[in-house]
Amino acid sequence: MNKDAKLPETQEGTVLFNVDPIIIRYHYEIDYLHSYAQDSPFFAALAKGKLMGSRCTGCGCVYATPRGHCMECGARTEWHQLPHEGRIHTFTTCHFGGEAFLKETPFTLVLVEFDGANTLFLSRLVGAEPDEVRIGMAVRARFRRNCQFRPTDVYFVPVAALPSPPSPLPEGEG
Amino acid sequence: MRPVYMITGGITKFAKAHPEKDFRLMVREAFDYALADLPGLTRAEIDGSVCSYFSDHFTRQLKAGAMVQDYLGLCPKPSRRIEGGGATGGLCFQAAWEAVASGRMEVCLAMGFETMSRVNTWKGNEFIALASDTNFDYPVGGFYAGYYAMMVQRHMHEFGTTTDQMAMVAVKNHANALHNPYAQKPARLTIDDVRAAPMVATPLTILDCCQMSDGAAVALLASEEAAQRLCSNPVRITGVGSGTDAMRMADRPHGDVILLPHESAEEYRELRYPGVHSFRAGRMAAKLAYGMAGIGNPAEELDFVELHDAYTSSEIQTCEDLGLCRYGEGGRFVASGAPFLPAIDYGLGFSGEERWSRIPVNPSGGLLACGHPVGATGLMQAVFAFWQLQGTVAKHLGDATLQIPDARRGLIHSHAGTGTYITVSILESV
Ligand SMILES: [Zn+2]
Repeated sequence: MNKDAKLPETQEGTVLFNVDPIIIRYHYEIDYLHSYAQDSPFFAALAKGKLMGSRCTGCGCVYATPRGHCMECGARTEWHQLPHEGRIHTFTTCHFGGEAFLKETPFTLVLVEFDGANTLFLSRLVGAEPDEVRIGMAVRARFRRNCQFRPTDVYFVPVAALPSPPSPLPEGEG
Repeated sequence: MRPVYMITGGITKFAKAHPEKDFRLMVREAFDYALADLPGLTRAEIDGSVCSYFSDHFTRQLKAGAMVQDYLGLCPKPSRRIEGGGATGGLCFQAAWEAVASGRMEVCLAMGFETMSRVNTWKGNEFIALASDTNFDYPVGGFYAGYYAMMVQRHMHEFGTTTDQMAMVAVKNHANALHNPYAQKPARLTIDDVRAAPMVATPLTILDCCQMSDGAAVALLASEEAAQRLCSNPVRITGVGSGTDAMRMADRPHGDVILLPHESAEEYRELRYPGVHSFRAGRMAAKLAYGMAGIGNPAEELDFVELHDAYTSSEIQTCEDLGLCRYGEGGRFVASGAPFLPAIDYGLGFSGEERWSRIPVNPSGGLLACGHPVGATGLMQAVFAFWQLQGTVAKHLGDATLQIPDARRGLIHSHAGTGTYITVSILESV
């Protein structure tokens, strides 16, 4: 037993913002081991310059954003290569964003529709000023040379100066 | 199922930051207000609670609900957490309804909070965006205002909705809140003010978007026997409904409209639904709630609506989902003046189009002006609706302007994600 036992003192202080109430800085950071799991082939395909969606083996519904099982009938899907050209279904230019993306603002988000696909794909549009973007505009996929295995390995650019006429998506029920 | 009543409620002032109070004390303040408003109710009468808060990231405290339970002196009674994004508060209200309707509890406390001020606004936006698919959506530029902006761009394309119509929603809700001391950001605005404000995500300016908030709210629900014993003017919950949609906006189908009783398939022959312009979950929630409450034509049979206007655009979209107007008419419905309070001068000219029933939407000021402390928001709506139906708005707000004369039946609507979870509840005076 030692009645004079002491915790060691350190030189580490606390960042203090306020004293009434006391507000301190509390740092929090974590690295995840994030698995793309059944979505992995999509990211592998981006590295090969391919855009892969899903096709339902039960009802034939084609998903432009892949999913392992069909949302309409519940059957398994198989991988389905999408065309590289599509049209802008809707868009926005973000002037603010989450902290992780603030440094990239302004950036333009688009939902892309493809012939033969029942659903859409979220991506970035580059190569068009915000006031040049239109619903129905034809866009083409481009792929990063140096892959990051993120959905931003693919992005879209305008096909030409002239917008092509919009064609409606096929019905949701396959 | 047995009848369920709301017998009292309370709200804290919603604010950008309440650093002097943690989540426990905020809930405590709302709870004390609710108890003070109903002297017959003691803590001993409360059989348990459900607690709503959205994000553990914001709170930096897992199991925060357990800490609220002990802080209110409710241990060892039952409690659990309810979480469902922006609809957390509405889901919590319905969970309390379930607890009483099932006979499991006679009196159930629904309590909710959020402390969003503990991180900066842009980190907060990042946390909220984690409530989108983290494989395919979040990494592309996860930002909820951006998602909503894409939805309304499509709404404008399909239906001719305008940014001025959206701005009128901001003018309305901020002006209503001038009479609501609980509101975070009341303001007298013009359409030009809204359009000239900093652009967040085209076409949404910062005045088209709700703010982050600290705040708490509680609602106490009771069986008929307990309500009659404890409360002289309870409000009955006559309908609850909820619905869902795919997390990813990109996955939304393009099929047929889910019809309400007063609509026909014929009128929507050309509409491909829900696409990204409409909230299928909101329509499902409304359909179920109207069915339970026996509502055939909502705009005629409701006296007011408190809905989840996280964006001006989503108020327009939601008016359509709730059947206050047809799909596609939301912008013109707003421009007609139908959802504005007759007692307030908004400084706006209305179109005068008269095809819709007048029905005040967000008389409280909604999320746009009251703020949106996520877990508290749906319960805040319940409390405002409760006061409307009791006829006690003047007592609680210190101002009778927002009291809707002879309000008999109101609707509250809580909404998550890009429309992934949505609840609708109907409350009626007795
Ligand atoms: Zn299928």
